[in-house]
Amino acid sequence: MRSDTDACRTMSSFSAALTDADLPVPDGVVGPDGKPAPKRFNVYRNNVIVSLTEALAQTYPAIERLLGEDYFKALARSFVTEHPPTSPVLLWYGAEFPDFIETFPPLRHYPYLADVARLEWAWLQAYHAEDAEPLDPQVLGSVSPERVADVRFTIHPAASCISSRWPVFSIALANRFCLEDPPAIDLEQSESVLVARPDLEVGLHPMRPGADLFFRALETHTLQEAANKALAEISEFDLSGCLSDFLSVGAFSGLGPVGAPADRST
Amino acid sequence: MTSSPHSPTAVPRIAPDVPARAGAGLKAEHVAEILDTRPAIGFFEVHAENYMGGGGAPHRQLQAIRRDYPLSLHGVGLSIGGDGPLDRDHLQRLQALNTRYEPGLFSEHLAWSTHDTTYYNDLLPVPYTQVTLQRVCDHIDEVQEVMGRRMLLENPSTYVAFDRSTMGELDFLREITRRTGCGLLLDVNNVHVSCVNHQSSAEAYIEAFPMEAVGELHLGGHAPDTDDDGRPLLIDAHDRAVDATVWKLYERVLKRTGPLPTLIEWDNDVPAWPVLQSQAQAADRILERVTGVELKRAI
Repeated sequence: MRSDTDACRTMSSFSAALTDADLPVPDGVVGPDGKPAPKRFNVYRNNVIVSLTEALAQTYPAIERLLGEDYFKALARSFVTEHPPTSPVLLWYGAEFPDFIETFPPLRHYPYLADVARLEWAWLQAYHAEDAEPLDPQVLGSVSPERVADVRFTIHPAASCISSRWPVFSIALANRFCLEDPPAIDLEQSESVLVARPDLEVGLHPMRPGADLFFRALETHTLQEAANKALAEISEFDLSGCLSDFLSVGAFSGLGPVGAPADRST
Repeated sequence: MTSSPHSPTAVPRIAPDVPARAGAGLKAEHVAEILDTRPAIGFFEVHAENYMGGGGAPHRQLQAIRRDYPLSLHGVGLSIGGDGPLDRDHLQRLQALNTRYEPGLFSEHLAWSTHDTTYYNDLLPVPYTQVTLQRVCDHIDEVQEVMGRRMLLENPSTYVAFDRSTMGELDFLREITRRTGCGLLLDVNNVHVSCVNHQSSAEAYIEAFPMEAVGELHLGGHAPDTDDDGRPLLIDAHDRAVDATVWKLYERVLKRTGPLPTLIEWDNDVPAWPVLQSQAQAADRILERVTGVELKRAI
């Protein structure tokens, strides 16, 4: 009987060669005549790279459209080699792709791409997030006026926001949803986007000035504290407008106990 | 009154048992049409890993499907043939789906896909030795213990062999069923693909297969290619209709087994639903003709 080490060595050399085309076909991997069979082994190499590239393309369709299919494939190949999946659940594969794009030297002249990718990742997280009923605005309305300032919100499990110095919302509309008449893209414009999924459909919502600061502050602060933080940075911050936007798109799933940090879990 | 979309519990369901007739792999692009038209088909099979997110559309759709159809849960990522321990978290995720959806069948592959911490997203071949046999059996014991049910193990499609293998695939599979009590999922397309690729006889493979352990059959399409020396090399691509040779092998299997749940797999270049459904209907007709069983026209 061959030793356990033998079998382990086979799998180690097999797996190393899967994502490194420069490595030789592992010893002992043969065709029907018992001879080494590189083309046969390449079927596995191809399956790995093609299936993982497809997984990335499904998560990042706007990036694929912006770069073109061939460039995207080459980029995905580099990414897969450096960041292969560590879980069999491919729904979660590609979290590092936005950072990878940001630091990929050939793409340094396209600095908006990483934020577009972050928006696409946020879309996927929203799509698969736990279900929760959005907060009924009437519940907030029923809080007594003297306590409203101390209210804490539970952020809906599918809600998140992406802040960018680039027009990520407009770029995503034009390249992910391929609108027939997309908005003109002005690269001088900064856009922040609230991602939410009150029921099944993921919504992307452009945010008012300061709304992203406000949203993030609400994760750990009361309404009053969060509003103060946003106002300190953005003078035209519109508290009631932001609150009304958040409630209408389903950004909250409940009210936390007054005075205690909100519980984000459902 | 319609129930709240956020109360997925207490859904009335039909019994979990998967009938001995044809079913289809459930593809996201077909779900709306299937829920609209409620086609007469034996069951649906899903890849477990596609339903491991927390909520949203995939679970809502699967709940709706499961209300009206029996379900087969097919794992593609557990790496039962891997040389490391099974991923306990992943096993728990499978068990959670098992509890939530009550599938009539659960199957996984004689293959590995994870080494160290990397998941390769392919069903990679296992050398057949006493050492790998014991490891696969230990993993299957663990799966059956955690999930509290018998699993089916699928025969692989392979492109290479290992010169260190000391057993044939059939002896390997037979010994697995003897040691673990698991059942087998006989993928007839895999038999054809592997036998062409290794220049052996598919008929002889089927003749010697331990049919008494088989609980489900798979049929699917493959893509033709050639190897380093110009010999035919079939790729298990699931990207087209079932090949005529595979239909013939299916008949040969049914003659030995009698009627069994039979899945049509079509995972790439997925056609319109009626095309996939017609493949399932073709399987039903063969199953009726060969086994003499008359299937009900409605589910």
